[in-house]
Amino acid sequence: MPQKQINGVTIDVNEEGYLTNHSQWNRDLAAALAQEAGITLTDAHWKVIEFIDKDFKEKGVVPGMRRMNKVGGIPTKDLYALFPEGPIKKAAKIAGYPKPVSCV
Amino acid sequence: MKNLLILGAGTAGTMMANQLRKKVNLDEWKIKVVDQYPQHYYQPGFLFLPFGLYSERDVVKPKRKFIPRAVEYVEAEVDQIEAENNKVILKNGQHLGYDILIIATGAKTAPDQTEGMLDGDWRNRVFDFYTFEGAASLRRALENWKGGRLVVHISELPIKCPVAPLEFTFLADWWLTQRGLRDKTELVFVTPLSGAFTKSIASQVLGHLLDEKKIKVVHDFAIGSVDHEKHRIVSWDEKEVAYDLLVTVPTNMGDAVIERSGLGDELNFVPTDKQTLQARARDNIFVIGDATDLPASKAGSVAHFESEVLSKNILHYIKGEPLEADFDGHANCFIESGYGKAFLLDFNYDLQPVPGTYPLPGVGPFSLLKESRVNHWGKLAFRQIYWNVLLKALPLPGIGHLMSRVGKQIPADALPLKAAA
Repeated sequence: MPQKQINGVTIDVNEEGYLTNHSQWNRDLAAALAQEAGITLTDAHWKVIEFIDKDFKEKGVVPGMRRMNKVGGIPTKDLYALFPEGPIKKAAKIAGYPKPVSCV
Repeated sequence: MKNLLILGAGTAGTMMANQLRKKVNLDEWKIKVVDQYPQHYYQPGFLFLPFGLYSERDVVKPKRKFIPRAVEYVEAEVDQIEAENNKVILKNGQHLGYDILIIATGAKTAPDQTEGMLDGDWRNRVFDFYTFEGAASLRRALENWKGGRLVVHISELPIKCPVAPLEFTFLADWWLTQRGLRDKTELVFVTPLSGAFTKSIASQVLGHLLDEKKIKVVHDFAIGSVDHEKHRIVSWDEKEVAYDLLVTVPTNMGDAVIERSGLGDELNFVPTDKQTLQARARDNIFVIGDATDLPASKAGSVAHFESEVLSKNILHYIKGEPLEADFDGHANCFIESGYGKAFLLDFNYDLQPVPGTYPLPGVGPFSLLKESRVNHWGKLAFRQIYWNVLLKALPLPGIGHLMSRVGKQIPADALPLKAAA
C-alpha cells in the first residue's frame, strides 16, 4: 500500500491519494490535503467536511450531491464554488474518506 | 386470517405474488396486491420502441393477467404506509391492515428534478425512453430526423438498467447508418460518470466500442439545467453541450408514497438490508426490486434473483426463524450493441462483470463481456421468458439466484477487498 509524506507526517493512501486509514485523519491533515488541491479551508468548507464525516459514520458511504442538498442542506452551486471540478471527490479526499464510486 | 400485503404489481411485486401463493399456507394467510395502474409494461422493450423494432403490443399487457386467482388484486392508489400501526391507507380512504408488508413500488423518472427539463423542448427536442409515452414520442421524432447533433444523456445515478443508455446509443448508431443518416449526425454520449459504465473492466470494453463507433463521450457531466431556448444542457460547473435532439434519462426516484410515509432516503428509496431484503425500519416490512436502496443494479434480473431469496425469508419470518443473508447482488444484463449483436454481463456485489461463458463453462452458449449474435438472440428471447416464465415465478433451469464464478475469467484485481465493499 503506498504512503505519502504530508505536513511532516506519513499517511497511508491509495494510488489516487485517498486516505486508506481514516484513523490517521485530523483537522491539520485536512487543511494540508486541501492546500494540495489549491483550497484554503473556511467555515463553509468545514460544514461540508463535517457533514461527510457524520454521514459516513452513519451510512458507511460518502454522500452524493443530492444527499448533501437534501440532508446536509448544502446547495449544489455552493459545493461547486467551494470545491471546484468534482466537489464530492475533492471533499471526500480532504475529509479522509474513499473516492465515491457509483457502484451500481 | 393474517394479511400479507404487497404494494406494487410491477415486475417484483408480481413475481412475489406468484412465488408466495405457492409457498404460503393460504388457509392462514390472505395475500393482497395493491397497484394504481392497470398496465404492466415490459420495460426492457422500451429500448426497441423508438427504432420501430417493437410495437405497443410487445411491451404492454394488463397487470391483472399476471396476478394469480388466489391473490386479491386491489386497483387503488396508496396514500400512506403507517408502519407503526401496521397498516396502509389508500387514497380512497380505505385502510388495509397487514402482518407482513412487501414494498415493491419501484422507481420512476423525475424530469422535474432538473431545472428546465420540462420547459418548451420537452417532447419536442428533449425525450426520455424510460416511459412508454416517452419512447413512443421519441419514435416519431426519430422518423423525422434529418441529421444534426443527437445527444444521449444520463442525469444522475442510480438509474434503472444502467446499461440502457449505452444500448440506446449503439442502436442509434446502427439505425442512423442503415438510414444513411450517420454521416449527417454527430452522436454524443454524456454521463456523470468518469467512464462509459459504472464497473471498471466493462467500462474499458464499452468505452473502446464507443470510440470504434465514433461516438463522442462527455464524462463527469453533472447536469444543472436544460436551456430550452439555446437547446443545450448546462452542468453545475458551467460546461455546455448543445443538442438538436436530446435523449435523456431523467433522475430516477422511488415512489412518492415512500416519502409521504417517511420510509425513504433522499431519492425515496427504502433503506434495506442488502442480504436479507428486510427493511431497516421495521422487522415486518420487506423491500424488493427498484424500490430498495441496495448497491445492486435496478433491473428485472435482480428483482427475479431477489424474489427467490425474499420468498424464503418471508417463510422464515412467518415461522419465527432467523432470516437467510442470501442475496449476493446478482445481476444479469444483456447489452444490445447494434448490427444484431449483444453483450452479456453477469455480476454481483463482489465481482464486477468479467469475460467468460454463461451459464456453462467453456460452452456458453452466451459470451460474457463480448459481442455475439447468440447474446442478441438471448435478449430477444428474453421477452417471452419474461412474460411466460419470470413473472409467473416458474423456475429458470441452470440459473440460480447466487452468481456462479464458474466459466468466468477473473483477473486478480477484479475482486474488491472485502473491507472496501
